[in-house]
Amino acid sequence: MADVVHPIHGEVHRHPAPTGWIRKYIFSVDHKVIGIQYWLLALVSVFIGMALSLLMRLQLAWPGQEWGFLKTIFPNAAENGTISPELYLSLVTMHGTIMVFFVLTTAPQGGFGNYFLPIQIGAADMAFPVLNMLSFWITFVSLAVMLAAFGANFIDPESAIGVLGPIGGWTGYAPLSALGERAGPGQGTAVVLWVTSIALFCIASLLGALNFITTMLNMRAKGLSLMRLPLTCWAWFTTAVLALLSFPVLLAGGILLLLDHLAGTSFFIPGGEYVNGKLVTDHNGGSPILWQHLFWFFGHPEVYIAILPGMGLTSHVLATFARKPVFGYRAMVYALFAIGLLGFFVWGHHMFISGMNPATAIAFSVVTLTIGVPSAIKTFNWLGTLWNGQIRFTTPMLFAIGFVSLFVSGGITGLFLGQTSVDIQLHDTYFVVGHFHLIMGVAAIFGMFAGTYFWFPKMFGRMMNEGLGKLHFFITFIGVNAIFIPMHIMGIAGATRRYSTHGGLVYFKDAMPLHTFVSIAAFITIGAQLLFVINLLWSWFKGQKASDNPWEATTLEWTIPSPPPHDNFAGIEPTVYRGPYEFSVPGAAQDYQMQDDPEGPTGEGH
Amino acid sequence: MGKIIALLLVILAAASIWMFIGQHTWWFPRNISEHGTAIDAQFMRTLWVVGIAFTLAQLALGYAVVKFGRRGNDRATYTHGSNKLEVTWTLVTAVVFVVLAVLGQRVWADLHLHSAPDGAVKVEVVAQQFQFNFHYSGKDGVFGKTDPKYMDDSALNYVGLDPADPAGKDDVQLTTLVIPEKRPVELTLKSKDVIHSFWVPVLRFKQDTVPGLAIKVHFTALEKGKFEIPCAELCGQLHSTMKGNLIVVSGEDYDAMAAMTEEKFKERMGELLQQYQ
Repeated sequence: MADVVHPIHGEVHRHPAPTGWIRKYIFSVDHKVIGIQYWLLALVSVFIGMALSLLMRLQLAWPGQEWGFLKTIFPNAAENGTISPELYLSLVTMHGTIMVFFVLTTAPQGGFGNYFLPIQIGAADMAFPVLNMLSFWITFVSLAVMLAAFGANFIDPESAIGVLGPIGGWTGYAPLSALGERAGPGQGTAVVLWVTSIALFCIASLLGALNFITTMLNMRAKGLSLMRLPLTCWAWFTTAVLALLSFPVLLAGGILLLLDHLAGTSFFIPGGEYVNGKLVTDHNGGSPILWQHLFWFFGHPEVYIAILPGMGLTSHVLATFARKPVFGYRAMVYALFAIGLLGFFVWGHHMFISGMNPATAIAFSVVTLTIGVPSAIKTFNWLGTLWNGQIRFTTPMLFAIGFVSLFVSGGITGLFLGQTSVDIQLHDTYFVVGHFHLIMGVAAIFGMFAGTYFWFPKMFGRMMNEGLGKLHFFITFIGVNAIFIPMHIMGIAGATRRYSTHGGLVYFKDAMPLHTFVSIAAFITIGAQLLFVINLLWSWFKGQKASDNPWEATTLEWTIPSPPPHDNFAGIEPTVYRGPYEFSVPGAAQDYQMQDDPEGPTGEGH
Repeated sequence: MGKIIALLLVILAAASIWMFIGQHTWWFPRNISEHGTAIDAQFMRTLWVVGIAFTLAQLALGYAVVKFGRRGNDRATYTHGSNKLEVTWTLVTAVVFVVLAVLGQRVWADLHLHSAPDGAVKVEVVAQQFQFNFHYSGKDGVFGKTDPKYMDDSALNYVGLDPADPAGKDDVQLTTLVIPEKRPVELTLKSKDVIHSFWVPVLRFKQDTVPGLAIKVHFTALEKGKFEIPCAELCGQLHSTMKGNLIVVSGEDYDAMAAMTEEKFKERMGELLQQYQ
């Protein structure tokens, strides 16, 4: 492409594209390549995480059943083909950790955010491209270390061969996580690898967050005032702020836990411990609850780190395909801030029954319920965006509509768990499992699906198959509801979390068939994800060629070729003339007004 | 397409209403505690608020996708929102949620911000991988001194009773909790190793046991019977098998047991377990 002199600025800043294969595709500093790397890393991780959940569902529905294939895959961990309690717990731990860190935190922000934030603000790249490359590669190493925890029991001769990593859950509560193998199989070397991986992940996320914040504040194109930013950008920005403030706390906690393991410190181990028939003499004076405070000070904002980008994208996609401006744009921006801010004052609702001061619990509870207010504002405004629209039911639109439904289902049950008194009964039951899977798991993943179907044409220059996409949506939407809504009922009936079977609970006997139902729904839903993979692969190579703006959308990524050139805007800084969602403007020639189009009405507001 | 989505949303709402209100097969285990009635009532109050909001939201979404599907080449209504609406729904949800939040604290405050009434029956709970130990004071009503250095699982001294303390001579340690009905009970919850959680579903009571802490809690059981105490906090390899027994007996029965020697106490406990098999 020839250099073009910008008609207004008269400047051209071309960034030469790298020529070598390694600089282009492996150690690339191009935010688009890095975005795709993050997205692929999350795609691989989500299938690992799903495979683990499949094994868990086998055990929960048919406890103790011998599966011949398990004997083949895990000659040590599943000797008789049955899933042992410790193997089950390691599956729980690794499923949770991989999903939360390497899928929910990675794809929406590192993946789509990296790829589209610079383009949507009219920049040639992120503010710190080399830092960006480092963030990805540290994340990659972090994943490798996490996967190494799978095999730690083979490295460490002391460890019992029967687990695939730690058994303490993704929350790694101390002192179970701090005492090493004496507290349980997989709690030694595997925990050290696990927490090292998390610490690396924290560093990578911190670097990423700095980059996102700087990029959005400093590199916006001319005319792109803050209130003209697409809501996706606001969501990525708010997420980056949350990551910047919360990951350091987890990093500190992780380092302290490592020291308890490797340096003989006792941050989380109190004195007078008597573990597995022996007095603990090498630790004294620590606090198990300290770990929970550090963990949840990160862990609660983390929920919003996972879901906010999906909220931004849902607004973006709903407006695009309802052919309407986002309803209450400013309210949407303020609601994102409010959720982000309040998210820092509610970590204690994970700890009502932890032994923390019960008066503190009341304060945490009241603040928790007020988060329902900005969440409700978002929902009302999404409905307002659809109202009187001209909805085009494309696959990304279906997933965005699904997001709204799941966000309501998953968010609203927080009203039970956020109340101290109701939480007494429901805490650590399947009610919690159903709640957080719907909201931070599935709703967030619907955001990623919407993002993939929506932006695939821009990223790869080809359309995804709409028929397969819609089939994928319907099976997945029905499936996830069939899996996670009955889990609430199981929790009400008293199903404890992290049990390899509920067969031992007499009061739960009548509810056992629910486990079978949920497992079958899970197998079908997991199977349907193959439709997504087939669609991806097929479309990548054989899909119909995409035009620059196949969805007739308005934001800057749709003004450049699909896929975009190395420096996005070919050296010309675009100029923005209007808000991000100027659809169906009366008097305009067509029903959408591009942000950089100098012609036509500028639209009200913004 | 809009109609199919709307149909699914209607089915979703209907199935959820059936599951949460229509059917009673899978529901809370019955409640036998004094405070449990108020917890269940607060749950139901919340269920109504949540149920109505959930149903209206799903149906409104369904209505929107049917009603506002693309109609020829018409343009959508051009609007950026309405401040009046924003203020209205912000205020309405804020009032509803804050009222719920405040109502939700009452039972909690009763349970946790007040200490047990005088004369409450006292038992110490010492959790370990993978059992709950219950430490009774015995005939003298005084708990013997305990220290981790005396803990010895192989000698069945799970709670670490000091052999030199005379007050501990008549103390009993068992894996079954026996309490009287209709009388306040105060438990002191401890853990020897990792965090466990003492949960009695029928009592609507749950509290983590944390190594290094002695957490005092209280409640009143209203019905006799044998009930389960599953561990509710992941505590290691055999977490899912960690379960204690709770036996609620009449006041007279309990008084009789409290006056028994260790041997008699254990014998009586054996009979009770037999009786409720």
